[in-house]
Amino acid sequence: MAIKAPVPVVPAPVWKSFKDLQEFEALRQQRPEGDKHSSTFEALTEGIHRFPGGFVVTTVADGFLNWARKSSVWPVTFGLACCAIEMMATFASRFDVERLGMVPWASPRHSDLMIVSGTVTIKMAPMLERIYAQMPDPKWAVSMGSCANSGGPFRHGYHVVKGVDRVIPVDVYVPGCPPPPESLLNGLLLLQDQIAHFRRTGQRAAPNEKVD
Amino acid sequence: MTHEQAASSIAERFPGARVEGATPLVVDVPVDQWRAFAQFAKDVLGCRFFNFLSAVDWKESGLEVVAWLDDLDDKLSVTMKTRLAPAPTSASATADEEGGSSAAPRCASLVPVFRGANWMERECFDMFGIVFEDHPDLRRILLGDDWQGHPLLKSYAVDTPHPPYR
Repeated sequence: MAIKAPVPVVPAPVWKSFKDLQEFEALRQQRPEGDKHSSTFEALTEGIHRFPGGFVVTTVADGFLNWARKSSVWPVTFGLACCAIEMMATFASRFDVERLGMVPWASPRHSDLMIVSGTVTIKMAPMLERIYAQMPDPKWAVSMGSCANSGGPFRHGYHVVKGVDRVIPVDVYVPGCPPPPESLLNGLLLLQDQIAHFRRTGQRAAPNEKVD
Repeated sequence: MTHEQAASSIAERFPGARVEGATPLVVDVPVDQWRAFAQFAKDVLGCRFFNFLSAVDWKESGLEVVAWLDDLDDKLSVTMKTRLAPAPTSASATADEEGGSSAAPRCASLVPVFRGANWMERECFDMFGIVFEDHPDLRRILLGDDWQGHPLLKSYAVDTPHPPYR
């Protein structure tokens, strides 16, 4: 049985006044006959419809693109101390951060996110700053664990930076000593919401702010 | 060599040294006999294993350098220690990098006797500012070359700022 593809509806553009709407309608009528509906979109929806188990998701383009963007956050692996063990556990198969689209990547030049997991010493801080600078914009940073948040138990040591936010800007702080993988996952989900928010509005959320 | 034999041998050869304990044998050596005692412990007492070298800051009573030597065959352990001048105050300690000012406490290096003392003495210089004379490569080992001061001294204030990171 042939399944009829649903007739696609061209989403309305954003207009601010009635004049804009009139202009849009005029332009729409000037288009050639074959392009009243986008044949590309029609073919695409038909293809999705015919795909086994396929279904059509109607959404606004912005939300779709934001979903795509926040679903492909690649964290650069920056393990500094025992928190890195928990980070590795989060990356590994039991907690499997790859189902969120996150691929731990060993190169800062392909990464969007830096998870600073562990104690940042004064000797390490310039290297951390350099690796952060090598990541392409826009980029995010998650501070994982007490040491990266504030210096933690080593706060009064002579060699410890009292929080990685003195070196790079931080978007999400994950508390714990060390934080279990569930905590880090919660922080990463929070960060995904912040990324969608940033893509939509161009405004960075405050650290640990819950958006949406 | 048992520790009784070692103690009598030390008392005979180094009259100025004070010997206590049994395992380990704690020997308080005058600072001018520091390297001679290490050579003696290696050659005569048979303590050929250099375990570690470190220092203690006793504030105005001076800095103390401690080294632990072992004879692994006869299970003889010797802790040798010596007392140096107190560490200079932080105001005069800023200029003692690489070679040291006259205010820095000085001690003979054990590198001619035990090559393993090299990095231990560099660490002691790094953390306490003790200048080891005749050391082949006396510079900081753990902290950055631009570090100010010696952080394991008691006079090093907690939360000393290190721009630009704090």
